[in-house]
Amino acid sequence: MNFTAVSQCIFIIHFYEMQAKKRYIILIATCIILLYGFYTVLNFKSELVQRSRRDQLPTFASFEDLSEAPSLLQRQPRSTSKPCRMETCFDFTKCGDDPKIYVYPTEGPVSASYRKVLSVIRESRYATRDPNEACLYIPAVDTLDADPLSPEHVPDVASRLSRLPYWKNGRNHLIFNLYAGTWPDYAENALGFDPGDAILARASASETVFREGFDISLPLFHKEHPEKGGQPPSATANTFPAPRKHLLAFKGKRYVHGIGSETRNSLWHLHDGNNLILVTTCRHGKSWKDLRDERCDEDNREYDKFDYEQLLSNSTFCLVARGRRLGSYRFLEALAAGCVPVLLSNGWRLPFDERIDWRRAVIWADERLLLQVPELVRSVSPERVLALRQQTQLLWEQYFSSIEKIVFTTIEIILERISAHRTSRQREALIWNASPGALGTLVCYGDSRAHLPLGVAAPPAPRAPQAPPSPLPAPSVPLTAPPPTSSGTYTALLYVQATSPALHKLLANIANSEFCEKIVLVWDSERAAPSLKSLSRVAGDTREPLPVLVIDATTHYPGEGVSARWKPLWAVPTAAVFSLDGDAPLLAEELDFAFKVWQNFPERIVGYPARSHFWDEAKGAWGYSSKWGGAYSMVLPGAALVHRATLALYEASAPALRHAVRRARNCEDILLNCLVAHLTRRPPLKLAQRRRYKAAHHRYKSPWSDPEHFVQRQSCLNTFATAWGYMPLMRSVLRLDPILFKDPVSTLRKKYRKMELVAS
Amino acid sequence: MAAETLLKSNKQIKYTSYRNILYHRFFVGLLLFIVLSLVFTVLFNVFTGSSPRTDFHEPVNLDPSSVPVLQLRRDLPKSQSRLSNCTYWECFNVYRCGRGGHDKITIYIYPLKDYQTENRRPISQFSKEFYIILDTIRHSKYYTPNPEEACILVPSIDTLNQNSFSSEYVGRALQALQYWNNGENHLIFNMLPGKAPNYDSVVTLNTGKAIIAGGGFDTWSFRYGFDVSIPVYSHIAEKIESSQPKQKNYMIISTQLNIPQNYLEQLQNIASSSNDLLLLDQCKSESSGIDYTKRCEYTTGRIFNYPEIMKEGMFCLVIRSARLTQAVLMDILASQCIPIVVADSVVMPFNSHVDWNKLSLSLPEDNVKNLLKIVHSVSNERRGELYWQLRWAYDRYFASIEKITLTTLEIINENLFPLAARMYEDWNMPEHLYGPVNPLFLPVTAAKAPGFTAVILTYDRVDSLFALVRKLVRTPSLAKILVVWNNQRKQPPPSSEWPVTNKPLKIIRTKENKLSNRFFPYDEIDTECQLTIDDDIIMLTPDELEFGFDVWREFPDRIVGFPSRLHVWDNTTNSWRYHSEWTNQISMVLTGAAFHHKIWSWYYTHKMPAEIRRWVDDNFNCEDIAMNFLVANVTRKPPIKVTPRKKFKCPECTNTEMLSADARHMSQRSACVDRFAKIYGHMALKPVEFRADPLQYRETSSGIPHVYPDIGAL
Repeated sequence: MNFTAVSQCIFIIHFYEMQAKKRYIILIATCIILLYGFYTVLNFKSELVQRSRRDQLPTFASFEDLSEAPSLLQRQPRSTSKPCRMETCFDFTKCGDDPKIYVYPTEGPVSASYRKVLSVIRESRYATRDPNEACLYIPAVDTLDADPLSPEHVPDVASRLSRLPYWKNGRNHLIFNLYAGTWPDYAENALGFDPGDAILARASASETVFREGFDISLPLFHKEHPEKGGQPPSATANTFPAPRKHLLAFKGKRYVHGIGSETRNSLWHLHDGNNLILVTTCRHGKSWKDLRDERCDEDNREYDKFDYEQLLSNSTFCLVARGRRLGSYRFLEALAAGCVPVLLSNGWRLPFDERIDWRRAVIWADERLLLQVPELVRSVSPERVLALRQQTQLLWEQYFSSIEKIVFTTIEIILERISAHRTSRQREALIWNASPGALGTLVCYGDSRAHLPLGVAAPPAPRAPQAPPSPLPAPSVPLTAPPPTSSGTYTALLYVQATSPALHKLLANIANSEFCEKIVLVWDSERAAPSLKSLSRVAGDTREPLPVLVIDATTHYPGEGVSARWKPLWAVPTAAVFSLDGDAPLLAEELDFAFKVWQNFPERIVGYPARSHFWDEAKGAWGYSSKWGGAYSMVLPGAALVHRATLALYEASAPALRHAVRRARNCEDILLNCLVAHLTRRPPLKLAQRRRYKAAHHRYKSPWSDPEHFVQRQSCLNTFATAWGYMPLMRSVLRLDPILFKDPVSTLRKKYRKMELVAS
Repeated sequence: MAAETLLKSNKQIKYTSYRNILYHRFFVGLLLFIVLSLVFTVLFNVFTGSSPRTDFHEPVNLDPSSVPVLQLRRDLPKSQSRLSNCTYWECFNVYRCGRGGHDKITIYIYPLKDYQTENRRPISQFSKEFYIILDTIRHSKYYTPNPEEACILVPSIDTLNQNSFSSEYVGRALQALQYWNNGENHLIFNMLPGKAPNYDSVVTLNTGKAIIAGGGFDTWSFRYGFDVSIPVYSHIAEKIESSQPKQKNYMIISTQLNIPQNYLEQLQNIASSSNDLLLLDQCKSESSGIDYTKRCEYTTGRIFNYPEIMKEGMFCLVIRSARLTQAVLMDILASQCIPIVVADSVVMPFNSHVDWNKLSLSLPEDNVKNLLKIVHSVSNERRGELYWQLRWAYDRYFASIEKITLTTLEIINENLFPLAARMYEDWNMPEHLYGPVNPLFLPVTAAKAPGFTAVILTYDRVDSLFALVRKLVRTPSLAKILVVWNNQRKQPPPSSEWPVTNKPLKIIRTKENKLSNRFFPYDEIDTECQLTIDDDIIMLTPDELEFGFDVWREFPDRIVGFPSRLHVWDNTTNSWRYHSEWTNQISMVLTGAAFHHKIWSWYYTHKMPAEIRRWVDDNFNCEDIAMNFLVANVTRKPPIKVTPRKKFKCPECTNTEMLSADARHMSQRSACVDRFAKIYGHMALKPVEFRADPLQYRETSSGIPHVYPDIGAL
């Protein structure tokens, strides 16, 4: 009894408890729902009201406003003349398809730096000796240093410029200037002459004086900056995260008086001796001791503790603070050392910023927010640091490491403007900011990245709907056909000096190849060219006969000799060009395998015959060797695949190099190897085991067996190294074989069976 | 027993009633608290309503129906005229910014007021577009209701169309703004600048130091790095759908109504001699008004519907007229017709960030006569690139007033906080067309001197591990060995038992037995290159490892490894399959023995789709397939296999006795390949037919000693 009562009690309590809990929960829940509902309705209502009000509002412009035509009223004349732009101050009519540059003959004093600038242009492919043919003029008057206090200053520039025969107020002239203004205010406009309509390529330009899209901003470079070549990137290690010792470094002068002193004077606040190394000295000029302030001694002590070069290579970020002028040498120095520049130079137009995207390589700080700089650099993610540092190296190598590169970049920017004006075509922004860069890409070659050997091509954009076939009369000027894209086929470009059984065998093998689209046969022999239109396939092959185009080099390109072998690019319909000597004993299988590999490396030379170079201590010169040990550095285009754009670039290489080849009637293959290595910074790729790439039994005496020939190639190599200012060739220790090459499996499993039988 | 129960239930009663009371009290307390706080708030509001607190700011009310009227007298001071050489460094006060964090600007909108002249006429017309601009800012992440902490201030006076406001009075109204300070840090929106007859390329208004987000700038009026060029909005464009005809029927179409006479004549000449240009004009109808939804061909008078006709064109012309930029440009972009812009010295909308070379052709004004020649010279590939770029860019930056406003704010934000800026690729390279950006883009052969770090993932196979360590240290370029001890239940053997090595060896104990631990970017890895190797791969010779490292040095952005696999498409099941037989192709190298750059470990841990990492850890499988997918997807390059096939004790066959388990393992790996391909949206792996061998591999020695003699013995 007792027990039941108790249990009943429990039950009731349970029930009560349940109810109480529920009641409160329900009460609160209802409240919340009600409130929520109330507010949503309210919101919704107000939104409805708002939307209807919004729709009642008038639109900002009627159709009439939007399609306002120029009024018939007279425009009121403007009082101020506007600064120059290409459209207003440049005469495009003088520039043809291949714009040329005329350099005036040197008269009067010229500084060493400017002499280098002039000689680089004179030796370039842009130069012409005929002033009437030229589109751009470069005065031989030294305008680099406009500071009258400088020993390099050349007086009397203004009158000498105006006396130039084609000056015409500077129209179509290009003027280089590194230093403008003088102590104490370093005014940017104090050039000592009036540039007029001339394009001004100047260092330390500020946003306010810069004529947008007309002037070109230059980097400030030392007198010792190499004319050619230049030091290769020094910080190519992509260690992640960056392991450098210091985070931010600066070592430089500080000005106790005069312009440019504010920022540098406060740097010591940030110096912590370990992570942030910001040391300054007052020692400069003659009178620093008289003007020194109370911090000078302490600063100098800290300053002497650190070595400038060491700081650059041990620090992740380098402060590039303005000096007397906006730009400073340390910008290029930091770039070269792979130290990411942190700019403290408000209003400075960075070098070539018209085309170079500096966001990828530098950090902008603000002089007004100096004390935030440490926080700023700390907040850069390691991944960004990796990208920034790589970009500093890329840009340094491509555009800044020599005077030649700086000058060529300036010229290419102007030529690109001309091209944009004449043909509405310019290089893509990414080409400028990635490898191989604008100096390694012709502005007139192609208008899409699909035309270029850009390492990895972007996935093909789906075809735009086809334009209707044009029934109109053909355009008056023949259009340059757009270059072909990398697709599934190649063109065999043969260079033949004589018929031989080897040639017939090679032609038969090419006809057997799966991917060959066309043969272009460059015939360079006194004998009459064979009349070959197509090659029939072997029995059982159902494909159409292979088209052949025979080009007689002796009539088309007289006197060119071996340089003619890559001239007929107009006849090549594919991006892949298999450059072959007429007697190369390649099998069809080898042709196909080479092409398959090349598709993965379109920017490199991919082929069979390898050679190597070495430094000959005894002679103090470069040596050339056809016997390799464990490494090679050249793959001869006697049997190798090359991208068509690369061959086009070969045709546009420096005149001196091409003359050397033409004179020697030799070495075109070495030049091509040097060129590709120079552009891509990668070695070529050798395939499989084949060593011999000349048929063994020749009826006539081959020039290859001639020792003279070998000596000549040796001297070519040295000529090229001098012309580039360094040895561009790179070594590789690997070759690429088919996957199952010489593996102990049944040959039936193997795709490339016959290749294994080729004797090395 | 009963007593026991009783005792228990008694306890229970006590307990439950106690709980009950607790509940009761809690809820009553809560109720009281809510009621009290409500009452308190109401009272507080009632009593303090008259004097609003200064540190609390109401968001701006954008309801244009109930705004206070403010009459401007003629004698009020006018604002100063626009400073034409302003730069960000000189005219912008940075000290106002940075309060919203170091990567975000803050924007304040002035309260709406109905400004009127003395004759009670409104000084500007408040338009729908301007309302949306303000509303977008109001709801954007940049908005702040507090003028004191604002970095940018936006006057709420509509200045979009020069024709619908009075410059004189708006100048006075600006000057009267509380924080105007000669326009410092103010942002003025304008789309149609200038009036007849001069049509200035910048709004005719005394704006002092204010930033102008304007349409129709030319290179002289635009202050680089300071102003923002915006498009002229077109309400027609917003209604154009993204659908496209299969075939474009016209090469070039011109639909613009206000083409200046001299260009019109040139175009008429072209149109009369060629079918490639469809030149359209307004229809000459009897009724006085112009029908803006129709266009008629110049010569024949054929009628076309506007804007539908533009979708039929491959290229569409937009020519400067009274103003430099035209609203029709937006219609053209939305129709996915490639614009040909004829306007010398124009500053294109958002030119600082949007690359118009990827969106349009620009034709100099004195080259209009060569229009056909230039259009014909555009290659098919470029057409494709432009065509696919158009709609993508339009949808991202131009599709509505909201997007235009947000893009403007973002550009200002990036100018102020360059570190937060997105890169060129993010702005201009749609990832679905061009793929991701390779983090290792510098073309170099990696240096040999730093060597590589071997990362050994091990559980408890100590004997095999020690054998491997002994073998590894004989590789010249090995810099360090890192043993990742994945067994939480067992201690690694004490240091005395480890083999004596001349290279540093470090043991890392993991918290959890996960396969992904082998790809963690440990700080201890201080070389670029890491060799991931299983603790049972003891068949590789030092020569082979050294050569593998040399191959990696030449391809530092790829995975370079020894055992390889292939993916194949299975037609019967319509899925990807994993293949481990002797094949002529490879598309993966197994990370049981592979070199790769450390950054890929970082990518694996931080950037790979989380779904894949979870799958790997849940199934204890496929981490190597995931790595191959990851690298191939980012670089679009296949891996490199080194030297011939060895008898690897392959990871797939750990359990050779149990064939069924083996089969299950293989099918799981097939499932991985298929699944990962789906997650990435495409098959990222690429098959290749080559491997890397030493130059002298299998060559009869010709007196020159081999560099890597001990390679390839099975």
